[in-house]
Amino acid sequence: MNQTSSSGTAETVPLAPGIEGVVADWSSDQRAFKKVPWGKAMMWIFLLSDTFIFSSFLISYMTVRISTTVPWPNPSEVFGLEVGGVEVPLLLIAIMTFVLISSSGTMVLAVNYGYRKDKVKTFIFLLLTAALGATFVGMQAFEWSKLIFHEGIRPWGNPLGAAQFGASFFMITGFHGTHVSIGVIFLIIVAVKVLRGDLDKMKPGFMTGRKGTYEIVETMGLYWHFVDLVWVFIFAVFYLW
Amino acid sequence: MAHAEGQHHAAAAGHHAPAAGEAHVEGQQHPLGIYFKIWGLLFVLSTLSYLVDYFHVQGYLRWTLIIIFMLLKAGLIVAVFMHMLWERLAMVYAILLPPLLLLVLLAIGAGEADYTFLTRTTFFGKANAAPAAPAPQQPQRPQPAQKQ
Repeated sequence: MNQTSSSGTAETVPLAPGIEGVVADWSSDQRAFKKVPWGKAMMWIFLLSDTFIFSSFLISYMTVRISTTVPWPNPSEVFGLEVGGVEVPLLLIAIMTFVLISSSGTMVLAVNYGYRKDKVKTFIFLLLTAALGATFVGMQAFEWSKLIFHEGIRPWGNPLGAAQFGASFFMITGFHGTHVSIGVIFLIIVAVKVLRGDLDKMKPGFMTGRKGTYEIVETMGLYWHFVDLVWVFIFAVFYLW
Repeated sequence: MAHAEGQHHAAAAGHHAPAAGEAHVEGQQHPLGIYFKIWGLLFVLSTLSYLVDYFHVQGYLRWTLIIIFMLLKAGLIVAVFMHMLWERLAMVYAILLPPLLLLVLLAIGAGEADYTFLTRTTFFGKANAAPAAPAPQQPQRPQPAQKQ
């Protein structure tokens, strides 16, 4: 199937800009999301649903934190690291934040080189992104084990203060970490497809009969940036609050 | 052959005329410079929000700064890294407007939690609810929960 034809008659009719364009797009035949590959639109809709999941977690965290009469453990101290005998507050989390932002940067480069059909560079940046993601997960594993084994924090209680701290922490960061881990796996899969030339040959992927194009790198990028986006909110409301 | 080529904003080697490319399914390709600028900006904003904690900024100033930096970072990521800036408005609205509903959930949650806190302090009292472990370790930080 020729994918270009999926945009149908729009080939000849110029698309209206602005609000007029919104009305025209939504009231048009065939598809509302013009100039966007279907995979990207679907990824956005998935991310929208994921937004609601993470927001529900963060809002319920807010609710238990406001309603508890027991002092909340101070994240600044709980997540501090000792460097050369000096306790630096929140150091681990700050490093994790920078690692994740860097991975977003390398991802954006991968997408860019993908559209230039630069296989090797795309592959390198995808792999670099995956490596940074894996580093992030590794640091999170370190953080979890520190909290579980040294601080005695459990989902049902902890010696530092409010019992809800553990439940919120493990639920929110656990879900986010799972997203990062899944992202790392898919980054590696996409990287291999790029290097092998699957996308140049338009070989279909394993879950679809559609032809593979470099758009999948951008779709992958959307997921990855979303993971970074969620971390921005977790960092602000869980760690800095 | 499908046109997966990006919209070449700069003088990159596009091999179809800009007018013809208008209605194709297009990828997002932009000059690298903007990505590096945003990347740097995200680093700066993250450092700033870390410094808020590092220098123990407290009270309303703390929440204001944290939320401003958070929203700026989120906005930059969505707009530039996720290319929302260049998408058609029909999709931008479809994706970005629904999350506003969450503000309702946020308001309900905050209201309900305040009420729960009130009833807990009224009927159980603060003294009974003290943790078994050592006393609260952060006298410098007012209990943020009540600040809402």
